[in-house]
Amino acid sequence: MPLGSGETLRLGEKLKPFRERVKELSGEDVGLCYQCGACSSGCPLTDEMDLLPSTVMRMVQLGVEEVLDSKTIWICSSCFTCQVRCPRGIDVANVMEALRQLVLRRKYDRVSIDLLPPEELRELPQIALVSCQRKLTG
Amino acid sequence: MSGEPKIGVWVCECGGNIGDYVDVQRVVEAIRPEVAYARRERYLCSKPSIENIKRTVQRLGLNRVVLACCTPKMHRETFASNLEEVGLNRALLEMVNIREQCSWVHKDDPEGATRKALDLIRGGIERARVSRPLEAKRAKSIPEVLIIGGGVAGITASLRLAEYGLRVHLVEKRPSIGGHMIQYPKVFPTLDCSQCILTPKMASVSNNPNIHLITYAEVVEVSGVPGEFHVKVRLKPRGVDPEKCIGCGTCSRVCPVEVPSEYNMGLGPRKAAYIPFPQAVPSVYTIDFEACTRCGKCVEACPRDAINLDDEERILELDVGAIILATGFELYDANDLPRYGYGRYPQVVTSLEMERILDVNGPTGGQLINPRTGKEFRRVAYILCAGSRDTENGKPYCSRVCCLYALKQAQLLLDRGVEVWIHYIDIRTPGRRYEEFYLETQRKGALFVKGKVVELIPEGDRIVVRGEDMMLNRMVENPVDLVVLCPPVIVTDETHKLAEMLRIPVDEDGFILERHPKLDPVATKRDGVFACGMVLGPKDIQTTTAEAEAAAMKAVNFLSAERLIEPNKAYLINPDLCDGCGECVEACPEAAISIADGKAVINEMLCSGCGACIPACPRGALDQQGLSEEQLKAQIRGILERSEAEVKILAFVEMEVAYTAVDLAGLARLEYPSSIRIIPLPSMSRLKLEHILYAFAHGADGVMLLEAPEHEGPYGKAHVISEERADDYRWELEDHGVDSFRLWYSRVYVPDWRKLKKVFTTFHDMIADEGPLDEEIRIQLREELD
Repeated sequence: MPLGSGETLRLGEKLKPFRERVKELSGEDVGLCYQCGACSSGCPLTDEMDLLPSTVMRMVQLGVEEVLDSKTIWICSSCFTCQVRCPRGIDVANVMEALRQLVLRRKYDRVSIDLLPPEELRELPQIALVSCQRKLTG
Repeated sequence: MSGEPKIGVWVCECGGNIGDYVDVQRVVEAIRPEVAYARRERYLCSKPSIENIKRTVQRLGLNRVVLACCTPKMHRETFASNLEEVGLNRALLEMVNIREQCSWVHKDDPEGATRKALDLIRGGIERARVSRPLEAKRAKSIPEVLIIGGGVAGITASLRLAEYGLRVHLVEKRPSIGGHMIQYPKVFPTLDCSQCILTPKMASVSNNPNIHLITYAEVVEVSGVPGEFHVKVRLKPRGVDPEKCIGCGTCSRVCPVEVPSEYNMGLGPRKAAYIPFPQAVPSVYTIDFEACTRCGKCVEACPRDAINLDDEERILELDVGAIILATGFELYDANDLPRYGYGRYPQVVTSLEMERILDVNGPTGGQLINPRTGKEFRRVAYILCAGSRDTENGKPYCSRVCCLYALKQAQLLLDRGVEVWIHYIDIRTPGRRYEEFYLETQRKGALFVKGKVVELIPEGDRIVVRGEDMMLNRMVENPVDLVVLCPPVIVTDETHKLAEMLRIPVDEDGFILERHPKLDPVATKRDGVFACGMVLGPKDIQTTTAEAEAAAMKAVNFLSAERLIEPNKAYLINPDLCDGCGECVEACPEAAISIADGKAVINEMLCSGCGACIPACPRGALDQQGLSEEQLKAQIRGILERSEAEVKILAFVEMEVAYTAVDLAGLARLEYPSSIRIIPLPSMSRLKLEHILYAFAHGADGVMLLEAPEHEGPYGKAHVISEERADDYRWELEDHGVDSFRLWYSRVYVPDWRKLKKVFTTFHDMIADEGPLDEEIRIQLREELD
């Protein structure tokens, strides 16, 4: 998956609907992000992510739908460190949730708890399990 | 208190500025036996040091003081007035420049710098030994100020000075004042209507009885001295009598000629009979004679009979005490940034053009239409730093206003539903309410892409901006309807010419050099000349206004104080020596000398002190106050006679323009050979052949004459006379056995101070290659001169 580099990105009108959709779902104006990196800096799970939270924000800002293919949005545990620290007042975790929503609405579960072996279930921290599920989505 | 000379010498270390390169202790030890008192000081200009000098002068009864420190342009006045308090006449104070012209320029050669400092100080000592007290006169300055440039800076400064009660002459090159600010529909960060806030000020200018508004005119000549400048202003032929014109616009309506409107950045037309914009001040029409076909329709139509198509330019002469330069900026020519396709692609405009497009009174009536294509635009990309912060293709500095005006224009566009992309390398918002303005622009939906764009590709009606998104580390292509370039702001074309006329230096980017970048930011290097606004460097309107008010205050301060008139006049030593031959009358550039009863009579009021008459006198009957023959020779001898330098070059330097340039070379720490030893002179025309021979006789291997350019130097024609004389001297030197190449003559422009390194090095290398002057020639010269 050519995330972060590769193919030239065309910033045409086509990118606008995705941008607007995320804004609508999250209630957050990602346009306010000025890419300072504070969200990534405080994130406890960056080692496991394929995209840093700030990169996710940037992709949403530009409307790059490929962001939905990233592991990051699932690894995010909604610990809210990022949104406490964001100098532009963006609730980054809300944006992550909106992105998960968009994936889930495609009726696709990245992790199915039923298929996890019991020993792994015992090992995994609860918060990780929660993050695999449909947090805040009822 | 002149009497038998009792000399005190103080040598300053200037912290380490001098002391790190010149062995000050060694210098002091060397001169101690030659004078009554010698001492080194860490900071000579500090209050305790000055008090110490005063006490020592009184305690030891010193009647001559030599101070070796920084350029006399820095602290001479402080020292002189302090020493006057203890009864030392200012003519008995000798300043020796061992910082700008020694330690700072010979950092790599401490031995050479130490020898040079010692020689220069000995020059000062010997000169002081034969100095005589002189009475300086004081004069009031002319209480009028010339302000050049009628933009927001010039307007603000004019109003302040007029409020204070001074007479102001405001000269503007265009038919109306208002400058660039009047072209903007809104200003950041308040989004005030620019025209609404500036127009009342423009009206105040035209209504204020203290302000003499001179539009459609340019300053062509500045002479005189600070406090008493004489200025010539060229009034371009306007074709319309401003007294009669009522601004009805009939002439414009009937005029058949259309040319691009400057006010609209050429995006729309105006007539040859025109007013640049409706609120113009003065509200007077102008005939553009370059475009006018002289059809005469306007003359017929004018109800007031105000038009004269045979109008000619006139020269207006003004006498002012101070001058404020406020000539503002223009944008770097986008045609010189070929990568951005300006001029090639109609979808590319400059930010100033965009200001006009956004104005309801602009070429499109405020509609979001590209006037070059007639098409509406819905997606716009801004390219910031289109030439700024670029040492290779453009200007190395940050233009400071582009980020903010791009944000402003973005907001105006976003409010009307246009999608705005801003391609930037850094968004810089230092300034009150500016970061908030940036946030607001993001809230309104502007999108930012970090990465310098250098490539535009046309695609149908659109144009594709190709660049990197450095956040994603990925190339992006941005198809837009309109690209707005933000080129560097630069000084206007005429600023360099004005700087030469005013004899003020500019920096490497062409902006006017401040007297001190931090502590004296609106004064120039020349007394009585101030500057404000963009001409000093890129800045916003708020800072420009503040600078204009500061410059006005500086002018008030300058004009309130009495000026010192240097006692530097030529005089007849003894009427018996004069036979009334009239050579001096011929030579005097100021027409200050006449012959009465067979003797030369010098008018002190007219004498400028250039010294050109002195070498002209075949009988040696003339001399000069403060720079006597005796003093000059003593200084030459002092510097050269005991010098231990391997190559000895004596450079006579014109003391206003050229000397300032040499100081600037010091300020920039340009390294040049330590063989160069400097004596300041009012003009090179002060020099006799005898002085040059005297220098060679006493050890010089080469002599340099660094003259001011004719139009910049304080003594005008005297700076030309010297060139002719130098040519003659060169041939006469050969007659005395000295090769003519050992005499160098060149003119030094202040803005070209960087070239001095080359000038000094070239001459030094040539003299070093040729070797020292033959000792036998020196002996012979000494015999001839005695």
